[in-house]
Amino acid sequence: MELKRISPPLDDQQVLELKAGDTLLIDGVIYSARDAAHKKLVELMEAGKSLPLDLEGQIIYYVGPTPAKPGQVIGSAGPTTSGRMDAYTPQMLSCGMKGCIGKGSRNNEVKEALQTYRGVYLAAAGGAGALLSQAIKKVEIVAYEELGPEAIRRMEVAGFPVTVINDAYGNDLYEQGRLHYAKK
Amino acid sequence: MKEIEAGQITEKVAEACEHANIYLGDDVVQALQKFHETEESPTGKEVLNQLLENNQIARENGIPICQDTGFAVFFVEWGQEVLLKGGTLGEAINEGVRRGYREGYLRKSIVKDPLRRENTGDNTPAVIHVEMVPGDKVTIHFAPKGGGSENMSAVKMLKPSDGVEGLVNFVVNHVKDSGPNPCPPIVVGVGVGGTFDKVAVQAKKALLRPLGEPHPDPFYAELEQRLLNEINQLGIGPQGFGGSTTALAVHLEAYPSHIASMAAAVNINCHASRHYQITL
Repeated sequence: MELKRISPPLDDQQVLELKAGDTLLIDGVIYSARDAAHKKLVELMEAGKSLPLDLEGQIIYYVGPTPAKPGQVIGSAGPTTSGRMDAYTPQMLSCGMKGCIGKGSRNNEVKEALQTYRGVYLAAAGGAGALLSQAIKKVEIVAYEELGPEAIRRMEVAGFPVTVINDAYGNDLYEQGRLHYAKK
Repeated sequence: MKEIEAGQITEKVAEACEHANIYLGDDVVQALQKFHETEESPTGKEVLNQLLENNQIARENGIPICQDTGFAVFFVEWGQEVLLKGGTLGEAINEGVRRGYREGYLRKSIVKDPLRRENTGDNTPAVIHVEMVPGDKVTIHFAPKGGGSENMSAVKMLKPSDGVEGLVNFVVNHVKDSGPNPCPPIVVGVGVGGTFDKVAVQAKKALLRPLGEPHPDPFYAELEQRLLNEINQLGIGPQGFGGSTTALAVHLEAYPSHIASMAAAVNINCHASRHYQITL
């Protein structure tokens, strides 16, 4: 089966075409940010200051990679648990972010904000950091280098595999998938 | 009396840090292959394939299996006829962690203080549990522990009247609530008995046992199997996308209990269940 491909920046129409359960490949540029970088970005938003990156239409990847060995683009680079970013995600969406990649459940505020702002929550395979690193072709730090693995990185990806968990219609693959296979 | 130099421990620990983070254990590979055959969901099968492929890529390119190379946790069994020379055990292990995480290009994930959160930069300090044992052998178990699965841990002081059913309900409901967060398929470590502090250590220690090796006591071996079956009926499946493989194994460690208590703990490991053993 030919997989659907998406390439950020995304607009409302492109987001509305994505449904929970879809498997996609991402080509182009995504940005990494996790706990500490989210805290800094939201502090800037609340202070009305400009951000070190334009979030409009972008996809944020929750990842803190291992250091690249000489000759490698990046080390192991799988998703971290998304729930820790729940507190910041509605604000990120209100500033133009269209998608985020992580693993694990989101809270109701995030699911509602995905509908309000037309965004999508994607999961990459947790624990498959070596496999996912192969789809990352170029990396540069754009902000907060002092945060080490938590710095914001611009990543050029080709065929980066993700699955839609929460779409802009309120569907949740984690709930649907579990109910389909639950025997108790 | 047998003597061991601190430097020998440092060297072995550094090797262990790299090895455990890059090479998935044979026991884990076999478990993933076995559950791939029985997984009911096509998506679930595909995820299990991705995890096996991830292992191949990690092995061939020397890339860690997962970017979260963990808190460095050690269980040391120190033979009391062995004398350590040239430094303390804590310094020897921490120097090994420092070296292994630097030379292995592993992620430094430890902050100096839980509230002020400044990275130590070298993944130390390690968490070290030491037990004195008879004889002249030193065995060091290394188990790097990722934050995502560690955060899905729980301790509960059950009542003796809760019995087997109470324990099963606590464990199964906890795994259900954890859902997709700890990167299923998971390995579930269960501690039962002892005190509040002891039971948590028992649950973690249970994760050191090779997958597929049942508890030596048939009563507990049967209970492990029952817990595994019930957990795999939850439907969470690989990555939480739905399926019949939520856990690869359940390992339980029991300890004598106070007449008033039945402490229980759950410590979850992700599919990689990284562990490595050093013998000196």
